[in-house]
Amino acid sequence: MQNMLTVIANALKAGAKINGAQTVSEGPRVVVSARSFADFTPQASFDIKRCDLHRLDEGPSVQTVLTREDGLRYYRTMQTMRRMELKADQLYKQKIIRGFCHLYDGQEACAVGIEAGINPTDHVITAYRAHGYTYTRGVPVKEIMAELTGRRGGVAKGKGGSMHMYATNFYGGNGIVGAQVPLGAGVALACQYQGKNEVCVTLYGDGAANQGQIFESFNMAALWKLPCIFICENNKYGMGTSVERASASTDYYKRGDYIPGIRVDGMDVLGVREATRFAANYCRSGKGPILMELQTYRYHGHSMSDPGVSYRTREEIQEVRSKSDPISMLKDRMISNNMASVEEIKDIDAEIRKEIEEAAQFATSDPEPPLEDLCNHIFYNDAPLEVRGTNPWTRLKSMS
Amino acid sequence: MASLRCFLRSGKNAVSTALRREFHRTPPAAVQVTVRDALNQAMDEELERDERVFLLGEEVAQYDGAYKVSRGLWKKYGDNRIIDTPITEMGFAGIAVGAAMAGLRPICEFMTFNFSMQAIDQVINSAAKTYYMSAGLQAVPIVFRGPNGASAGVAAQHSQCFAAWYGHCPGLKVVSPWSAEDARGLLKSAIRDDNPVVFLENELMYGVPFEMSEESQSKDFLVPIGKAKIERPGNHITLVSHSRMVSLCLDAAAVLAKEGIECEVINLRSIRPLDTEAIETSIIKTNHLITVEGGWPQFGVGAEILARIMEGPAFNYLDSPAVRVTGVDIPMPYAKILEDNSVPQIKDIIFSVKKTLNV
Repeated sequence: MQNMLTVIANALKAGAKINGAQTVSEGPRVVVSARSFADFTPQASFDIKRCDLHRLDEGPSVQTVLTREDGLRYYRTMQTMRRMELKADQLYKQKIIRGFCHLYDGQEACAVGIEAGINPTDHVITAYRAHGYTYTRGVPVKEIMAELTGRRGGVAKGKGGSMHMYATNFYGGNGIVGAQVPLGAGVALACQYQGKNEVCVTLYGDGAANQGQIFESFNMAALWKLPCIFICENNKYGMGTSVERASASTDYYKRGDYIPGIRVDGMDVLGVREATRFAANYCRSGKGPILMELQTYRYHGHSMSDPGVSYRTREEIQEVRSKSDPISMLKDRMISNNMASVEEIKDIDAEIRKEIEEAAQFATSDPEPPLEDLCNHIFYNDAPLEVRGTNPWTRLKSMS
Repeated sequence: MASLRCFLRSGKNAVSTALRREFHRTPPAAVQVTVRDALNQAMDEELERDERVFLLGEEVAQYDGAYKVSRGLWKKYGDNRIIDTPITEMGFAGIAVGAAMAGLRPICEFMTFNFSMQAIDQVINSAAKTYYMSAGLQAVPIVFRGPNGASAGVAAQHSQCFAAWYGHCPGLKVVSPWSAEDARGLLKSAIRDDNPVVFLENELMYGVPFEMSEESQSKDFLVPIGKAKIERPGNHITLVSHSRMVSLCLDAAAVLAKEGIECEVINLRSIRPLDTEAIETSIIKTNHLITVEGGWPQFGVGAEILARIMEGPAFNYLDSPAVRVTGVDIPMPYAKILEDNSVPQIKDIIFSVKKTLNV
C-alpha cells in the first residue's frame, strides 16, 4: 500500500503519466493504514487569484491554507451537489419532477466557498437556483429531492417545490427575481438589531442585478450600515440574455457604487472562501455592507425547459467544463499536493453515488402529501380555520 | 350617546357624596379619544411590551408621522426602534419582511396604501405566501399599516381603496377599523399576531373622537381579528360596512329611525377573515341586506359578501335581493362637487334602504 502511494505521488510530482500495473506490497494491515494516513500532507498553502477591488485598499488574502480535512469536506459537498443536480435532471426528464427546476451544476464552488467562509449562525438567502444552498445550509439530500418530486418527505412537505425550500438561518429559495435582496437586507437589519454579531449573505444573479429594489436595498444597507454581504453570482446569462445584452455596466462588483466591492473567481472554492471571510470580517466590524461578484458558470440552461444552447455555443460550455470545473480543480490541487489519493476520491465518489441513488429512491417512492394537508399552514399559531373549497358545499379545514 | 353623558354627569355627583362615607367605587371612566391617539397609544404600549416590535416607514420618526400617528414615539424609543426610511417602498417593505423572518416584529407604515402598490409583491409573495410555501417552517409576523381609501381632494392616484385587493389573498389577515376602540384593539391584535396583517386606516377618521370605556383603555385590550361588531341593533334591514362608511350607515340609520325603519348596522372590523356568520345571523332576523363601502364595485368587498350570502343559509331569509352601495366606478376626480358624488353619501344609503324595503 505504502509503495503504491509513493509511486503515485512521485509520478504526479514528476508530471509523468502512470502506466503499467502497480505492485501492492503486503504488510500487516493495521500498520499500513496508519502509515498511509501519515503519508498525506495534512495541509498546504495555495495561491489565490488577486481580486479586483472597488473602493477598497486591501482585498482578500492571495494565499490560503487548506487542510486535508477541509479539502475532502469541500470536495464531498461539491460532488454531492453536482450528483444531486444531475439526478434531478434525470428525474425531470422522466417527468417525475415537474414545473420549474433551476440547476446549479457548475456553480458549486460558490455555495461551498461561501458556507466555508461564514458560521452556521450567520444567515443566507438566495433566489430560485437554490438546491445547492439548501444543502450547504443543512437540509439532507433526500429531503431536497423529495421536495422536488413533491412528496410528503420533502423539506417543505411537498408544498413548496424547487424554489421554496427553507432551513434554519436559510430563507429560501425565492421565486420573484430580485425580491430576495431587500429580504436579505432585512435579515441583516435583524442581525444588527439583535446585536449577535451575525451577518446575512444575500445572493442574486447577473439578471437580477438590474432590479430597482436591489439599489433600494444598497441604499438602506449603506445608510444604516447593515451587516449584509451582497453577492452577485454572475454566470454570464440571465435566462437567454447575455450580460452584455442586459447591463449597461457588467462590472457587477462596482454596481453598489458607494458600497465597496470585490470581483472573485467563482470557480475556485478557496478563492470564494477567502473572499467570503474577508467580506464577513468587514461586515462584522460594523463598516456596513459589502458587495462580492462571483464569476461563475452554469452548465445547464436557465431551467430544465431551456436547453441552454440557443444563446451560447456547446464549445463554450465544454471549454469551461474542461478548464475551470470547480470540482476537478479542487481534486487536482489536492492530489497533486498529496493531500488525497485517486483511490480515496474514487471511494468518496462511489459513496456519493450511492447516497444520491438512495435519495432518489426515497424521492420517487415516498407518497405525495395527504389531501388533508391541502389547507394547512395558512397561518402560524392560530386556531383552526375553515377554508372554502372549489364549491360552496366544500368546507375544508386549515390547521397551523 | 347624549343620554350616557347625562348619566355620567349626574352619576358623578351622587358618587362623590357616597365616596365620603362608603367604600371607594369608581364609575367607569369613559374618555374621548381620537382614532389617531388610539393608534398612537396602541403602538406605544406594544413597543414597550415587546422589544422585538419596531416601526419603519417614511417620516415616522423625526416628523412624528405624516399624519402624526406616530407622534412622540421616536423621542421615546429612539433611532433603533422608530426608523425613517427613504422613499423606497419596495425596498423597505422587503426589508421589513426580511426582519420579520429573522425574528423581529416590524410595523411597516405605508404613507398611504396607494404607495403599497409599489411594494405589493413583497406583501403578497414574500409575506403572505411564505408560511404555506415553507409548510410551516417560516412565519412572518408583520403589520403593514397606513391610511386607505378616499381622503379629501387628493385626486385619483391617492384615493384608492385596497380592501378588496388585499382581502383577495390567502395568507394575509386584513382589518379595517372604524372607531377608536377598533383602532386600538385591532392594532394590538395585529401586532401580537404571528402572521402578516394588513391594517387599513382612514385619514378622514384620524381626527374623529370616540368614547372609550375604561376596559378598552387597558394595556391588554384586544379586539379579535375576524369578528364583526353590531354597532346598532335593528329589525328591518342589515347594513354591513367597514371603516368610515360605518359612520355614514349610523347617520343614515338615525334618519331612517325617525321614519320607523330600524337598521341593524354591522361594523365588519375585519375584511379577511370575514365574519360571514354575523351577517347571516343578522339577515335571518331582518330579511334584507345592503353592503356599504367606499371602494369600487367590481370585485369588491360588497361583491364578496353578496356572493357568500347567496351560497349560504341566509339566502332563504332574504325578502329582496341583497345590494351594494359603493364608490362610483371611476378614478377619483378632484373638484369637490365631483369628489363628493364619487363616494356613497348618506342620502345614497337612505335611498337604497327604501328601495330594498320597497317603501
